[in-house]
Amino acid sequence: MAEYQNIFTQIQVAAPADFGPPIVDEQFRIRYGRMSKLLGWVGSAQLGPLYLGYLGIASLIFGFIAIEIIGLNMWASVGWSPVQFIRQLPWLALEPPPPSNGLAMPSLNQGGWWLMAGFFLTISILLWWLRTFRRARALGMGNHVAWAFGAAIFLYLSLGFIRPILMGSWGEAVPFGIFPHLDWTAAFSIRYGNLFYNPFHALSIVFLYGSTLLFAMHGATVLALTHLGGEREVSQIIDRGTAAERGALFWRWTMGFNATFESIHRWAWWFAVLTPLTGGIGIILTGTAVDNWYLWAVKHNFAPEYENPPYVSGPDPALLAPLPQLKVKLLPDGGIEEYIVTIAADPSADGGTRSPPAIEQSDTMALAKALDAGSNVAEGGVELPVTLTADGGLALPMADAGNPPPPDAGADAGKKVRP
Amino acid sequence: MKWLLAKASFGLLAVLFVSFAVATYHSTSSAGIGSPGVGMQVVETNIALEEKLAANVVPTPLPPADKGGVLAVNAYKNVQVLGHVSAGEFTRLMTSITQWVSPNQGCAYCHAPLRDAAGKPVVDEEGTVQVDLNNMQSDELYTKRVARRMLQMTMRINGEWKLHVKATGVTCYTCHRGNPVPANIWFDVPDTGDAEGALGNRAGQNAPAPVAGLASLPGASLRPYLVNDENIRVLSTEAVGSDNRSSVKQTEWTYSLMIHMSKSLGVNCTYCHNTRSMAAWSASPPARAAAYYGIRMVRELNNAYLEPLHDTFPVERLGTIGDVPKVNCATCHAGAYKPLLGVSMLKDFQILAEAKPQPPKTANLQANPAPSGTGVPSVPVPSPDALNVAPGDAGASDAGPAPALRPGTAPAPAPPSASGRAPARP
Repeated sequence: MAEYQNIFTQIQVAAPADFGPPIVDEQFRIRYGRMSKLLGWVGSAQLGPLYLGYLGIASLIFGFIAIEIIGLNMWASVGWSPVQFIRQLPWLALEPPPPSNGLAMPSLNQGGWWLMAGFFLTISILLWWLRTFRRARALGMGNHVAWAFGAAIFLYLSLGFIRPILMGSWGEAVPFGIFPHLDWTAAFSIRYGNLFYNPFHALSIVFLYGSTLLFAMHGATVLALTHLGGEREVSQIIDRGTAAERGALFWRWTMGFNATFESIHRWAWWFAVLTPLTGGIGIILTGTAVDNWYLWAVKHNFAPEYENPPYVSGPDPALLAPLPQLKVKLLPDGGIEEYIVTIAADPSADGGTRSPPAIEQSDTMALAKALDAGSNVAEGGVELPVTLTADGGLALPMADAGNPPPPDAGADAGKKVRP
Repeated sequence: MKWLLAKASFGLLAVLFVSFAVATYHSTSSAGIGSPGVGMQVVETNIALEEKLAANVVPTPLPPADKGGVLAVNAYKNVQVLGHVSAGEFTRLMTSITQWVSPNQGCAYCHAPLRDAAGKPVVDEEGTVQVDLNNMQSDELYTKRVARRMLQMTMRINGEWKLHVKATGVTCYTCHRGNPVPANIWFDVPDTGDAEGALGNRAGQNAPAPVAGLASLPGASLRPYLVNDENIRVLSTEAVGSDNRSSVKQTEWTYSLMIHMSKSLGVNCTYCHNTRSMAAWSASPPARAAAYYGIRMVRELNNAYLEPLHDTFPVERLGTIGDVPKVNCATCHAGAYKPLLGVSMLKDFQILAEAKPQPPKTANLQANPAPSGTGVPSVPVPSPDALNVAPGDAGASDAGPAPALRPGTAPAPAPPSASGRAPARP
């Protein structure tokens, strides 16, 4: 039985580095190659040669610029304190522009840095993608790796580029930061009525968990067949040996069906690739096509009511009789005059908003709303105050909200500082 | 040999892991509050539960006072809020307030101190400032003026905010718990001005936010909702075609407020929400409506009772940007889903149950003259030492439909008196 290399390897190869077949653009290769015992413990012991090339160098430069912009902004946000930078690093972020900014070019410290970092990071990633594509070609390989990487890039662009543009606001995009992007994710799901009910989100999870399951099944099968030649799985695709036969029979015995030595790789590849693809579609549809996934699920009959909750839900209090509220007036002599005001009931209840739309309205959305408004008016619905602008575009009344809710709250209190 | 070493280190790691797991394991108690299998539970480690029980022991109420007799408005001078109650009940409440709010400082924390010939406050051997029993009516100290407003606030809460406090009600102790300044108050977060520089704008978040359980959420999320009337609701009410333009960033402000509420009450989201749909009232536990009114109540208290005291408070009581101390959910709740775990202290102090119109002063004062005619009551004022009543009998629980803890998993939250522990604070 031959020795074989895996994560528990005890026997390592010690030989001159293998530089592979000659390739056309030989001059770009960094001709460095040696054996590393450390690497040998977990995989091939050989380190290098590395191929950098124009694309790789450009990608690293753009990536470095992006990381610098993000990192320096984070550092500046703690007053350039090295200690606080390290202590607070998981909390720090570079935020996208405020929603009121729409898709306009913001000033640098109001999201301009975010836009620049995103631009450079995207360039870097796309160049790296091209690199994986071209290196595979140079070796005469297929481009499966590049397309799989492309699927992940699609999800990244969906979150930070495609959806913000459709929503008409860079403020809809994800901040660069460790905790902040997780908070964003939770807030995103809450805002749009629970992403759990987004079918594409569900598909993405199926493919994600399916990927891990397939990976485990396949890895286990091949490892279990290694002493029978199972690690030569690809050659056994066309020249089926006892390893392939036994593996296939094992799965037929246990679950009645088996993937082949070839198709299992296609299963795994597609599951992995479809994870970000379906996820990205789910992101793009959120807030553009569907505003509340839970209500959407109710509408399409796949969010059944829970049985027998041990409580009785009341109505939305905002719909009930208005609350009298105590207000006070400070009198010149230092006394207090109290009076009661009654605030009208909330016109929109059950998750609705009290105030009129206070956030940006993009051209895209304005157009969509105008079309909606047209059809609504025809049915006697609500008419939206859409006006034609001088250049023939459509305009909706927009309130400039800044970073909502208004940060002027603090300034208000500040006026009262006593000498 | 190498393999032996490797195996030994693996074994050591395993032992360490198991010891860590055992050492950090706390048995938990949980109570289901939703439909079976949907994970709507109140969960608590038993250690935290014991701490909570110990921290929410209520002080023993003083014996009931005579409800008849001369009215406070006639027995004392300058009684503006409680003139309609008997002098006995008035004094009992004053004594209790000292016990609840300034047990170490005594009466002179609010009332004018006794002064010697040089005009310096007289201090006893224990360092307590002595009160001037002949000058109880004085509004010299700001604390007296604040306390009067706080009495009005308490009566307003108990009388008009039953939607939130139910019949349980609140007393001074609900917030003060033996502290002249309640432990859980809040001030506005100073604007760091980071949006004005060339870079490093945190956009009001992205730092450990104490108000939001140290999450990376907006840190100044109380003023928009608990002082101002900003929109909390961000979800769309239609599946498609909604004109709701609330942004994800705005959602993070609401999120921050919600985490504040969760932390203040020591509960998770499902105590008030069926989290499959945060917005749907039709699926929410009724506690959510209580919380709805709680937000409005706190908003009113901050606007009508705390902010008007701005000029009454000395500068050292104000925040770094000069704002008044304000209340939020934690001020009363202090980590318990019901303040003092639902024990009603109000039932022993019914004179705080609602505000009443003040009767005019009558000739009764002459009918029952106080000694030396100074307005000093015939009811003796106990010394501060006598006010440090040992906690014990807490009275009946008014906890209402509290989730019953699952039997067998934990000691049931017995009435605080059963624990026999002293309260966390004197």
